[in-house]
Amino acid sequence: MPSRFPMASRLLHWTMAAMVLAMLFIGIAMVGSLADYHRLVAIHRPLGILILVLVALRLANRLIRPAPPLPLDMPGILRFAAHASHALLYALMVALPLVGWAMLSAAGNPVVLIGAWHLPLILPPSDALYALLRPLHTVLAFVLFATFLVHLGAALMHALIFRDGVFQSMVSWRR
Amino acid sequence: MATDPSWPSEPAGRYSLSTLLAPAALMRLGIIALVLLGVASAFAWTAGWLSPGRLDQVRLIDTFEAVNGAHPGFRRNHAKGVCLVGWFDSSGAGARLSGAAVFAAGRIPVVGRLSIVGPSPEVADGSEAVRSMALDFTLPDGEAWRTSMNDIPVFPVKDAQGFYEQLVALKPDPATGKPDPARVAAFLSAHPEAARAIALIKGAPSSSGFANATYNGLNAFRFVDVDGKATPVRWSMRPVDAFEPEPAETPREKNYLFDALSARLRQGPAQWHLILVIGQPGDPTSDATLPWPADRETIDAGTLTVAAIESEATGNCRDIEFDPLVLPSGIEPSDDPMLSARSAAYSVSFTRRAGETKTPSPVQVGRGR
Repeated sequence: MPSRFPMASRLLHWTMAAMVLAMLFIGIAMVGSLADYHRLVAIHRPLGILILVLVALRLANRLIRPAPPLPLDMPGILRFAAHASHALLYALMVALPLVGWAMLSAAGNPVVLIGAWHLPLILPPSDALYALLRPLHTVLAFVLFATFLVHLGAALMHALIFRDGVFQSMVSWRR
Repeated sequence: MATDPSWPSEPAGRYSLSTLLAPAALMRLGIIALVLLGVASAFAWTAGWLSPGRLDQVRLIDTFEAVNGAHPGFRRNHAKGVCLVGWFDSSGAGARLSGAAVFAAGRIPVVGRLSIVGPSPEVADGSEAVRSMALDFTLPDGEAWRTSMNDIPVFPVKDAQGFYEQLVALKPDPATGKPDPARVAAFLSAHPEAARAIALIKGAPSSSGFANATYNGLNAFRFVDVDGKATPVRWSMRPVDAFEPEPAETPREKNYLFDALSARLRQGPAQWHLILVIGQPGDPTSDATLPWPADRETIDAGTLTVAAIESEATGNCRDIEFDPLVLPSGIEPSDDPMLSARSAAYSVSFTRRAGETKTPSPVQVGRGR
């Protein structure tokens, strides 16, 4: 029987998958919507911080509970693509919330989560830093969406074409 | 890379090109491609890329720049202004309506900006120019309250579409340098609410300067008290200085309003009362072109003191985004669509000017006169 990801890893993966995908759609919707901008920003900020917390948990979980090994016969180039894309996904899930937090700090805008609950500013107010970080946030978001598409495509390749158990290692609902 | 002997030993070459190119696999590849295309299309639709004609914040600011010319480093609107420094002495009376820290009795530092409406920092002060006061109340625990107010009784348009159409209608005709009367008339007949609002604005007398003007928040907000009870509120800054009408003839000095403000502050701080106007059921909260009845109950929430003004520079009010939705807990947006639209458009304007080379403002405090 093929190896599966541990239950905790699967749970974290699917929870975060839904959150990150929602985040990408909320982000791209809010920068193009006059009517819903505020409502969406009010979700975007706390959700981003929640993702940052969860990705930290997830990295810790991955150290404790390693991923199952890839199939023996998987070619080196595919292995490399798998590991590189996963590393990129992790890096972006850490970087995007941090850049968002930093850019609001540089703008001198309060980082409101819910009600009166605020995060501290992590950069001094600076026009120049904001001008750098704000576009960086957008660029990284597009890279994350592209990487997500590659990840989804690869998962479906494993499921429908290679049929090597890699897809099942993450979708199984059994304990 | 560790390998696991427990993997099923599938037919050799499941990763090979020939496996990929088998007829059944090609069909599955097609399905995968369709799924990816579907997700990417949903993203593009959400982004608005499939409806390029719609009005969004980028188009609004682009139009602003196209109609009014670019003034790099300056705000896209209210470009000409000075920074103010002062404080707010809260009377504590506002706490009846809102649990926001700003309404607890006590003193709160305030920075802000006094400006005239318009896209150019070089424009001459004039009797027609709407004046604005923008404030940033620095509250404990990293909260902030930002508000920008104008010395007009109502806002001329009720939503972003109206604002955009007004912007286009008022575009100066290159031949005359003035808006084309036919386009203005067409706009007003398409927007009777704007025609009514502009009549109210023209009917309200302007004061002689910045220090004796009343600045109105115009948009309604929801004030929420500590028990969670919400009240619709509009607010104004009412001057302590006595109202004086504008002089019949506009002074020639290009910065006469700002010069007069400097002179006024040399005699001592200028003060305003923060007046909260309590809306009654049925009072319009979603349309700032409509005034509320004049007999509405008001609360004097405290006194704003402007101790000094300074020229715009790095690190002062120049780099503050006066987003009307930077609100403390206890003040919430109403159903007025202009609030979200302003927040969205200010963000685009702020991002653009943050990255632009800054030139000194033509209004330099302590020079001129």
